[in-house]
Amino acid sequence: MKFKAMTALAALAISAPMLFAGGADDDTLTIDGQEMITKTAAPAHMAETGIDTIMSGWHFREDDTQAMQMDTFDNPGMIAVDQATDAWNTVEGTAEKSCASCHEGPESMGGVRAVYPKWNAEAGEMRTLAMQINNCRTEQMGAEPYKYEKAEMTAMEALISVQSRGMPVNVAIDGPAAEYYEKGKEIYYTRYGQLELSCANCHEDNYGNYIRADHLSQGQINGFPTYRLKNAGLVQTHNRFRGCIRDTRAETFAVGSPEFVALEVYVASRGNGLSVEGPSVRQ
Amino acid sequence: MASGVKPRVKVPGSASAGEGIVIKTLISHPMESGQRKDGDGNPIPRSIINRFTCDFNGQNVIDVKMEPAISTNPYFEFEATVPEAGEFKFTWYDDDGSVYEDAKAITV
Repeated sequence: MKFKAMTALAALAISAPMLFAGGADDDTLTIDGQEMITKTAAPAHMAETGIDTIMSGWHFREDDTQAMQMDTFDNPGMIAVDQATDAWNTVEGTAEKSCASCHEGPESMGGVRAVYPKWNAEAGEMRTLAMQINNCRTEQMGAEPYKYEKAEMTAMEALISVQSRGMPVNVAIDGPAAEYYEKGKEIYYTRYGQLELSCANCHEDNYGNYIRADHLSQGQINGFPTYRLKNAGLVQTHNRFRGCIRDTRAETFAVGSPEFVALEVYVASRGNGLSVEGPSVRQ
Repeated sequence: MASGVKPRVKVPGSASAGEGIVIKTLISHPMESGQRKDGDGNPIPRSIINRFTCDFNGQNVIDVKMEPAISTNPYFEFEATVPEAGEFKFTWYDDDGSVYEDAKAITV
């Protein structure tokens, strides 16, 4: 008993400095042997933010959580990918088509996640991946759209994201996207709620520090949809935005709202250069 | 039958005789505990996987009884010694009587 207590103390002494030092770790993320870019130079448009290295949220999580993402089998988010693969091949709607009827295998979606949200010139609107999936469902398949944040939609996003795993995020912010970028940036720096916190207060000024027990990351969204252990399920970017704003004790924007689409454009562009990791695993 | 149930198993393809190997299994299942209530206050009936077994060439390796407090998508990782080439057979038993099976062959 005494020996146990001593070892426990010794372990605490060793781990304590690391625990309280904060900051990102220097581990390397490989998924099934494929190396991911989790730290890289910040894109040019972030020059004024004072951040010179952008880092995946993976670096801010504990070793156990990190390990879960390093093996596809251990990653619980892959269950959703399996389920979405079935949905991919399921014929639905009045046109009697499945995703596979037009796109063949899900592999054809390689590179898609990396460039979304993306301007759709034909429709003249900025589309998130979820909006594009629903557009396919309603226009091409004649099927009911998925609800924006429901499990089927999140799973389909996960399936499409995994096809781009390892590819660098490359969201356009010029041309018609510039307007959304500016609007998103404004939201990012606006203080919301009773606590008067903006995204930047935590994720730009204080990443690496603790907010009570939570280790603040840079708020990158390259790993979305994310399997959150506390939800035991996949979480979309907009869910996370809403959760963050709610935690400032503010009235939040709705999932799928124009405000969140703009914010997603801006936040995604802050991760230009990082690997697509979705579905990632977080606390 | 609970929807979306899909067993997944990871076993190395080969091992040397007498070697201990790590086996990982995961089954997607909601594992409804029976303690929760729906929006109208009615209890949601219990629906869990209550037993998991693994056999190697007819010999039992592990036999687990599961209770309602186990989280969704139960995951098991265990070690087994492989004396000879053969097949691991995995079986999950659902409350509703459904039985899910998977098998993986291993060479020595």
